[in-house]
Amino acid sequence: MNDTITLEKKASAVNTSFDEKHVLHELKHYLPTQTPLKDFIHHNSLHAFQSMKFYDAIFKASKIFGFKATLQLDDFRKMYENGRIKKEVLDKIINDKKGADQFSNWKEKLLSKEYSESIFPRVGVLRANWKSKYKIDLDTMVQPTLFRILCSYLDQGISVWDFPQENKGFLNAIKDLEKNSFASFFKTKRAKKYLEDGLGIKELLKIVVGNEAYFEQYLFDQQFSHRGWSGMVSAIEDQPSVLLDKRVISLNDLIVFDLLLEIDALDKQFGNSWEPLCKNISTPPVDLFADATLTELDEVFKLWQDAFEWSYYDEVLAGIAIGKKKEIVVPVKTSFQAMFCIDERECSIRRNIEHVDPNCETLAAPGFFGVEFYFQPQNAKFYDKLCPAPVTPKYLIKEINAKGERKHELLYTKKNHTFFIGSLITMFFGFISALKLFLTVFRPKMSPAISNAFIHMDKTATLSIENKDLNDRENDLQIGFTIEEMAARVEGLLRGIGMVKNFAPIVYVIGHGSSSANNPHHGAHDCGACSGRPGSVNSRVFAFMTNHPKVRAMLSSHGLVIPESTQFVGGLHDTAADEIEFYDEQVLNFVNTTAHKENKIAFENALDLNAKERSRRFASINTKGSLRQTRKAIKDRSVSLFEPRPELGHGTNTLCIIGSRELTKGLFLDRRAFMNSYDYRTDKDATLLTGVMRPIGLVCGGINLEYYFSRVDNHKLGAGTKLPHNVMGLIGVANSADGDLRPGLPLQMIEVHDPVRLLVIVEHYPEAVMKAITITPEIFEWYKNEWVHIVALNPETNKFHYFKNGEFTEYTPLTKELGTIKDMKSFVEAAKEMETNHIVDATKENLPVYSLEN
Amino acid sequence: MTQLLQFFIWLPLFGFIISLMLPRKNERLISSVTIGTAGINLLCVLSFVTYWFVNGHPVLDIKQFVFYKAHDIEIFLDFYFDKTTAVFAVVGAVLAFLVAVFSRFYIHRDGGFKRFMNNILMFFVAYNLVIFSGNFETLFTGWEILGICSFLLIGFYRDRYLPVRNSLKVISVYRLGDICLILAMWMSHHLWHENITFIKMNDSVAVASLIQDHYLYVVFIGVMLVVAAAVKSAQLPFSSWLPRAMEGPTTSSAIFYGSLSVHLGVFLLLRTYPFWENILAIKVSVVAVGLLTSIIASGIAKVQSTVKTQIAYSSITQIGLIFIEIALGWDEVALIHFSANAFLRTYQLLVSPSVLGYMIHDMFFNFMPKKLEVGTSFYSKLKNTIYVLSVKEWNLDFFLHNYLWSPFKLIGKLLNIIPVKLAAAALIIIFCIGIYFNLFSEQIPASFSVALPIVFSFLGLTTVLYSFAEKGSAFRGWLFVVFGQLFITLSVALMSDNFRGLQILIYMSGCMFFAVVGAICLQKIKTIDNNINLDLFHGYSQEQPLVGFIFLISCLGFAGLPFTPTYIGIDILFSNIHTHDYFTITFISLSFVFMEICVLRIYARIFLGQYKKATHAMAYRSS
Repeated sequence: MNDTITLEKKASAVNTSFDEKHVLHELKHYLPTQTPLKDFIHHNSLHAFQSMKFYDAIFKASKIFGFKATLQLDDFRKMYENGRIKKEVLDKIINDKKGADQFSNWKEKLLSKEYSESIFPRVGVLRANWKSKYKIDLDTMVQPTLFRILCSYLDQGISVWDFPQENKGFLNAIKDLEKNSFASFFKTKRAKKYLEDGLGIKELLKIVVGNEAYFEQYLFDQQFSHRGWSGMVSAIEDQPSVLLDKRVISLNDLIVFDLLLEIDALDKQFGNSWEPLCKNISTPPVDLFADATLTELDEVFKLWQDAFEWSYYDEVLAGIAIGKKKEIVVPVKTSFQAMFCIDERECSIRRNIEHVDPNCETLAAPGFFGVEFYFQPQNAKFYDKLCPAPVTPKYLIKEINAKGERKHELLYTKKNHTFFIGSLITMFFGFISALKLFLTVFRPKMSPAISNAFIHMDKTATLSIENKDLNDRENDLQIGFTIEEMAARVEGLLRGIGMVKNFAPIVYVIGHGSSSANNPHHGAHDCGACSGRPGSVNSRVFAFMTNHPKVRAMLSSHGLVIPESTQFVGGLHDTAADEIEFYDEQVLNFVNTTAHKENKIAFENALDLNAKERSRRFASINTKGSLRQTRKAIKDRSVSLFEPRPELGHGTNTLCIIGSRELTKGLFLDRRAFMNSYDYRTDKDATLLTGVMRPIGLVCGGINLEYYFSRVDNHKLGAGTKLPHNVMGLIGVANSADGDLRPGLPLQMIEVHDPVRLLVIVEHYPEAVMKAITITPEIFEWYKNEWVHIVALNPETNKFHYFKNGEFTEYTPLTKELGTIKDMKSFVEAAKEMETNHIVDATKENLPVYSLEN
Repeated sequence: MTQLLQFFIWLPLFGFIISLMLPRKNERLISSVTIGTAGINLLCVLSFVTYWFVNGHPVLDIKQFVFYKAHDIEIFLDFYFDKTTAVFAVVGAVLAFLVAVFSRFYIHRDGGFKRFMNNILMFFVAYNLVIFSGNFETLFTGWEILGICSFLLIGFYRDRYLPVRNSLKVISVYRLGDICLILAMWMSHHLWHENITFIKMNDSVAVASLIQDHYLYVVFIGVMLVVAAAVKSAQLPFSSWLPRAMEGPTTSSAIFYGSLSVHLGVFLLLRTYPFWENILAIKVSVVAVGLLTSIIASGIAKVQSTVKTQIAYSSITQIGLIFIEIALGWDEVALIHFSANAFLRTYQLLVSPSVLGYMIHDMFFNFMPKKLEVGTSFYSKLKNTIYVLSVKEWNLDFFLHNYLWSPFKLIGKLLNIIPVKLAAAALIIIFCIGIYFNLFSEQIPASFSVALPIVFSFLGLTTVLYSFAEKGSAFRGWLFVVFGQLFITLSVALMSDNFRGLQILIYMSGCMFFAVVGAICLQKIKTIDNNINLDLFHGYSQEQPLVGFIFLISCLGFAGLPFTPTYIGIDILFSNIHTHDYFTITFISLSFVFMEICVLRIYARIFLGQYKKATHAMAYRSS
């Protein structure tokens, strides 16, 4: 309530003239940017506020849009009680921030003072007058029709009968249809006439709102009353290629149609004689984005959030400091090397493979392995982009001679929706589906209806990786890479991760993907560095490139010598099913073929252990079962139609460690750390580090913040529980028939996540790290505005330097001792099932760093 | 063998009661009880059907349990078993079991896990009551419980706006079907002078003579049955509720609206087929409804761009065809068609989330850009017209809203102009006068006494409508529904000499008890929040779940939850209205339609929807 008063005071400053272009631009800036679900690119849900400091941004955004920006007070207090927020950390933070004399005052506020946590957002206040002054529920009258027409227009293939349109844009399509039909989407004449006359936003707003001073506020109210659809339209307008079946649409069209439907509904209710909304309003317009001072409650939240984060960070830093002192036995001869994605889910498979074969070495690089291209599977009508989302590749790799056949699921035929044939099909398939249902429930197995990470690329097919003729182009893309281009990419990656000598006989390059059933969000489980797709093609392409004799020759001339005996093998790890597939094994020489056979057994054993470790978090799996049973249970999850949690995705991610494996070897990080191999010794002046740091904020920070916001307010910033979701036009999900699209992550993906910002730890001198993060303003923004924390670990002094207020200052962890895990097996089996999925219960098993005894 | 029939009711009921008492957090135990119940039920159904079939598949009928007996009124549960029941029992048992197992994992850790499983069991009790029923009373009991289950499952996500709104929408339409059933029951009571069992009702010789003597009455029953069936099976013009019912978890949509619940209209028609098979008018209307629905719904299905609504309309299309098959006397085809449709739609709904991955993948390889055009020829225009109409669902939702509910709302609104105190005072005075007339009925002239029930039932209806349109205090809304109930009881008492003493007591003891409990609940909320107006959703079940639950029980008890005294009372009440009391029966049945809608509306407004204090995270209104 106080908020409204301050808002009214500020009103005088509001601009009274309406700049349509500017307002549309602003709207697009603040609307969600999630594209159709087939490509799931994680991003900061509050990207629009990223130019502000984290806390200022979230509390401001929360006051404008009405969502919760942190956990609730009670959650923090309970986590303090159960020890997840540590007393000494909280005390230190209150002391540091508020001073010793204010300590007890603030501590009391944090622990026991009662606050009202109600949020009444600024957006929506103006349009609420339709209900209070005109006694009509305009949203209910307009939105179902609007959503249905919009969805029919954008539909990618659910409907049998497509929207009759000629690709001239949304509004034109409606116009055409209205002209050439005896029925109308409108109930009254006036709105239809305005459509024909081509009235624009401003003219329509004059009719609906009246007073120009309120136009901007009205449009924000209106578009944010269905932010899901508006955001989708805006995203499609900006990147039409996100739809396979192209549609021309713009936010402008949507707003015009929205306003027309409002006029139509009002005319229907009141005839032509109603007065514009703002004729009857005495409160001045509100500047939605006016600064809001932080309340005491916000301050309390800030302290709690800091304490929550540092309770974890402190243990991690202590763990790394202690772990670093451990003696690490360097193997005499490395049996093989395995390179994985930096993804935090690969953190455990690396540890497990090292456990199974102590002589191996693991590394990690972003899962597109430095090769950016479009991929066209055989017979495909489209290309898949296989590199980080912001990159636009100039290369195309085609799949040829694929032997596997694509299978169909007959039950998906759209013919069952028709009249006569439909009834025959119904009778025929009806009883088959009863049987299928039975098998689905009792014998889940892979089927064409399930998203299978391994069919992204046919293992038996050849790929057009090498370009021998520069004229070999398609759609302005070069097919394959030239030798120089290959060498540049291989060298870039290998040097980036410090892999310049001591090559093992076999180097595995393993991308990752995820199989899951009945999961519209499956793209969110695939590799983020490959634009939300499996990384199989990239790993295979990279292995091919490094094995290429001419590439090696060129690399040698640059001083990067890969011994002839060393061979690279691509592979794909299915993070849900815990399976690995290898590619082009036939290129291995005799010695390596034998070794590979041995290694494969090691990988299998590591996968067993990995499955066992993951089972710790799944209530339906008996953690005490045999390895074989657990492995099967894990695999079954990925193909079970009834399983809304095939895997837990990036849930619990909190760390990003850039440095050598020695930093983390012997530590248990609980699959919470993105890890990027990097060797400061090969990069004294931090030139390579700049490249390494470039995607960290965007990719890891983006994932982390999307999880953060979907966690703290799963209803407004996340997609809510996925159980009632209805797939809309193959582009998104909504609840029910008439609901708005729901961007963000569903409850089932975030329920184990701790909303903690990402802590990046870089093993290098603070000056070097500073140089790397200040290279561009976009990169620096992540750290400067504290959306991501960063710590430099000085390799010489082993001291941590935390970046705050523009400089690195030394940080000494409070934690002095580290928990140890004596035996992984009993450790996993001792895990407790969560009591409820409330944050306090659900995250009890999220662990900090432990030291591993063997 | 007949004695075994009741087992199929007691079993799920037993499971339901056990499940009610289990701790909310113990998912394993709760799901075991549900799956166990459904599993035992499946085994028993299969064995029973086999045994029955081997023994020459006779038609079974048994009068099981008498609730009430006086004069020519005898209210009892009756069970019946024939091939229709057998097919519905097997399909129901298979699907309930599979969906229960599916849900155990699917609903895992959802806040409403226990609520969901309880609902499944309660639904199953209702479903079995309907399909095993041997008379209207039994069928109606199941029918009613089913409606309540639907209300609760559609509004499963009770802190969001759309599910709550849609649950009210669906229960309102359902209510119409319920009243049609009551009217069919009422008329058949007068035709046969007893509470008729299906086995007697379907006796072709008796029906033939009735058609001779009371053609209109028989047709009336037939029409009521067809409307009730059309409502439940989402046929025209009621179809638009089905896609809007897809609000709960996917599994509940699958079992309820994909398969079992939506086919109960088919069951009703099959069960009563011998009764109306010789009435051409009814046969023609069933064919007409089915055909029209199939054509229109298949058009709507084709333009649907969301997967669940598409399945809903496809299912409606098939059910339309099943209606035709029944009317043509192809009952076996209809049974096969029903089973196939139920299985297919359940499966399709269960796997509906996977459509995104599958279709996009399919498109990736097989996409052919379609040459789309709007066209200007007459043929194109006609096609476009049908497209536009189909996208708008032929205005069905609008139609129901505007022509079915709005007129009554309007009347209520007009009445709302009358100041509350004046209205209340007038009602109390008139009511006292009514009681006086009732006590000293011999003193009033005959012509006057004929008009009295009409006047009082009309007043009852207007009072209920007053509450229906009430946007202010929830108390007022509640008070006026209670008034409505009193007036209706009085009107029946004035009309019938039989409706006295014990009967009135049974009836009133039920509804007045719940009326008082309901008022106490509202008072409790009033002490927390001064504003409990009915013009917005307050969402108090967030803060006061127990009060919400008790209020819900009061609402249901007041409106006649099966097995409550009110419920038996309604039956007695209706059998006391004569066939020639056209006005009275119209006013009373309309009152009953709106009474339940009114109380559930009050419940929804105060306890459901977004919690108005916005203290915790909740979804935007549009999601």
